Amino acid sequence: METSQSLWGFMAQQSDKLWSQTLAHIGLTCISLLIAVIIGLPLGIWIAQKRKAAWFILGFAGILQTIPSIALLGFMIPLLGIGALPAITALFMYALLPIIRNTYTGIIGVDAAITESARAMGMNKWQVLFRVELPLAMPVILAGIRTATVINVGVATLAAYIAAGGLGEFIFGGIALNNTNMILAGAIPAALLAIFFDFLLSRIQKANVKRMRKVSVILPALLLILSSFYIIPHTKNQILGGFTPEFMGREDGYLGLKSKYNLDIPTVVISDAVMYKAAFENKIDVISGYSTDGRLKAYNLITLKDDKHIFPPYFASAVIREDILKKFPELQPTLELLSGQINDSVMTDLNYRVDYLKQSPEKVAHDFLLSKGLYKKPLNGNKGTIRLGSKIFAEQYILIQMFKELIEGNTQLKTVSQTGLGGTKICFDALTNGEIDMYPEYTGTGLLVLLKPSSAVMEGLAGDREKVFEYVKAQFLTQYKLRWLKPIGFNNAYALMMRKTQAQSLNIKTISDLKIHSSNENQQH
Amino acid sequence: MIVAEKLSKNFNDIQAVADISFTVKEGETMVLLGTSGCGKTTTLKMINRLIEATSGSISINGQDIFQQQPEILRRTIGYVSQNNGLFPHYTVSENIAVVPRLLGWDKVKIREHAEKLLDQLKLPVAEFGDKYPDELSGGQKQRVTVARALISDSPVLLMDEPFGALDPVTRAAVRKEFVNLPELKKKTIILVTHDVQEAFEMGDRICLMDKGRIVQSGDAKDLLFRPANDFVRSFFENQRLYLELTALKFEDIWHLLPVSDSMPDNVLESNQSLWQGMELLSQRNVKEIAIKNLQNGEVRIGTQSSIQTAFNQIKNNI
Repeated sequence: METSQSLWGFMAQQSDKLWSQTLAHIGLTCISLLIAVIIGLPLGIWIAQKRKAAWFILGFAGILQTIPSIALLGFMIPLLGIGALPAITALFMYALLPIIRNTYTGIIGVDAAITESARAMGMNKWQVLFRVELPLAMPVILAGIRTATVINVGVATLAAYIAAGGLGEFIFGGIALNNTNMILAGAIPAALLAIFFDFLLSRIQKANVKRMRKVSVILPALLLILSSFYIIPHTKNQILGGFTPEFMGREDGYLGLKSKYNLDIPTVVISDAVMYKAAFENKIDVISGYSTDGRLKAYNLITLKDDKHIFPPYFASAVIREDILKKFPELQPTLELLSGQINDSVMTDLNYRVDYLKQSPEKVAHDFLLSKGLYKKPLNGNKGTIRLGSKIFAEQYILIQMFKELIEGNTQLKTVSQTGLGGTKICFDALTNGEIDMYPEYTGTGLLVLLKPSSAVMEGLAGDREKVFEYVKAQFLTQYKLRWLKPIGFNNAYALMMRKTQAQSLNIKTISDLKIHSSNENQQH
Repeated sequence: MIVAEKLSKNFNDIQAVADISFTVKEGETMVLLGTSGCGKTTTLKMINRLIEATSGSISINGQDIFQQQPEILRRTIGYVSQNNGLFPHYTVSENIAVVPRLLGWDKVKIREHAEKLLDQLKLPVAEFGDKYPDELSGGQKQRVTVARALISDSPVLLMDEPFGALDPVTRAAVRKEFVNLPELKKKTIILVTHDVQEAFEMGDRICLMDKGRIVQSGDAKDLLFRPANDFVRSFFENQRLYLELTALKFEDIWHLLPVSDSMPDNVLESNQSLWQGMELLSQRNVKEIAIKNLQNGEVRIGTQSSIQTAFNQIKNNI
């Protein structure tokens, strides 16, 4: 019962957002549907006359349908950028097949005796089409529109990945934040919308063959009205923020930016997969990235200084089981050889090499150790085996490769790597269950995701790097018998980023600078 | 008057209709009779250009139909098809109004004509006008189809197995009703059927078709008693006696019938068929019936044996 109450609470609290997301969702669905009807209906009519073209058109629309939605959005970005245009285009493509196919099927399904008698009475081609074929095919055509609508309500949630809004903002934010209420606040209205549209269209569909003439007027009008719900966010040269769904919902994210910095810039929600590129292409100006992401370098972005310390430190370090350290005391000094060796820009560069130059993590790690003079040939000892785990991204792969070479070069121990353990929760559980012996973790994650301290404790830590590290270290040891080694040096925390050229020309170096700039702009407008 | 000359139709390599010619006089009903696939429906549909002829010419009342726009041509030709082809999304009234609306009639005129016609077909507008086809029985649907073909009072009517989809009982009833419609008396009609009885009952002239050609053309007696070849003969073999008795009228055997000295109660007219006489004899269970000559009012007697004797004599003489 508590869940439902707090869900209700969440929805009430976020009702403004919920309302605007729902309207945007309806708008996105209906605009794309309207375009799909405008294009798909004549196309279906055309192929019903030219049956030879039917297989080609239907085949093509069928292929569009089989492209996974995420991939289709991915294709759209290089062509159409981010925002409403690619989202509507992608949704339009999904809606096309059911509409063309059902128009085609509906028309060729009209009893030949009826169309023949229509012709025999002296109707011309168009009269046969509009007075006989279309009205009789209408239930089938409507069924196609109905299918397309339900598909579109579902796929439109993905629009949140490319800054086009909709209920996906809550859904993906909720998934990223592991916040069930937030997921449901997006998912339930989306499901209700699908059910509602389906019901509405089923009523129209069954509204009896005889009333089809009215339907063909009402439906487009209805779509047009609903389409107008979608107001494309316009910015008038203002600085536009593009933040991930997760960032939007976090206290150490957008909420903190608002409360601590009073930052009030127009924002769109966007997936981190396309965010950096969108910033690079001037589609958005400020993004919420990770400070050591290789794309920072690839797209010539700079991070803004968090001068009010709202982003907690995410210093990386090896987390290792206490009993392993006791068993093999030589491990700790060996692993700590890496401490302090890698700062933000070095880590960014290493990530860049893997993500963009497509070098293997093994090679990048090996080259780095060589350059620092830390590499030693493996001793091939057989004193024991250390099992290394990692989450699935380049930075972690690089780090465990470094650990591996250090261990094998400096001790008589062997290693096995278990990469690809998914996210934080999986790695952590594997470690506490004794399936792996160590993995690289970040202090901020340890604090916020695993320990989840009370807000009083959080206040006390105040985002201070040392305090956070000491707190996490102490808590892990007492609660889980896990030890944090000395931090490696870099801080893979949230950071606001801008294009270097824009930041320099506007002279923005810190988030406070950004705030001052945007307030000035707001006053001008 | 419909004149078709050297009409052919090829579907790819198959010749469906081969070089046929016929003339249908004004007010005449011509039946295209034949088995499935003999080309009779193709021939019919070439007349309103639902199928375009490969070669040949057709004129209706002196006008070459190939010089006219097909849609305009079709509005002047009534058409009744086997699968009624009523629009399921139109009411009975709306279905009937299709051609008048295409012709641009005003609403009052359409309503008046529709009312009159539906009344004649025993489908009063008040009761049936707002019904949809799926609310009607098979016979009612077919009557609406007929009304739809007749409403614009086109001089030419094409009928493709018009009663083919009905059960035998309904078929006979609707056909009888149809034959007696005053609207039909003046019309030039081409009717396609595979039903010999229907052909004999309705056709002034019958064209028996086979493999895309007209094998023999004439009235029922010509086909039965003067068959052009074995195909014609064998075509009617199944129900020969019945057909012959139907084809022959009392006026054909008038001179062979005994003169009446009494006046039996049951009276037939001389333009009725021998079959109808035999039916009456057996239905009423009587020995004799009176047959009245329509021309001169003379009355003669028909009995089982006198009809049979006359019938055999006539057959031998033909």
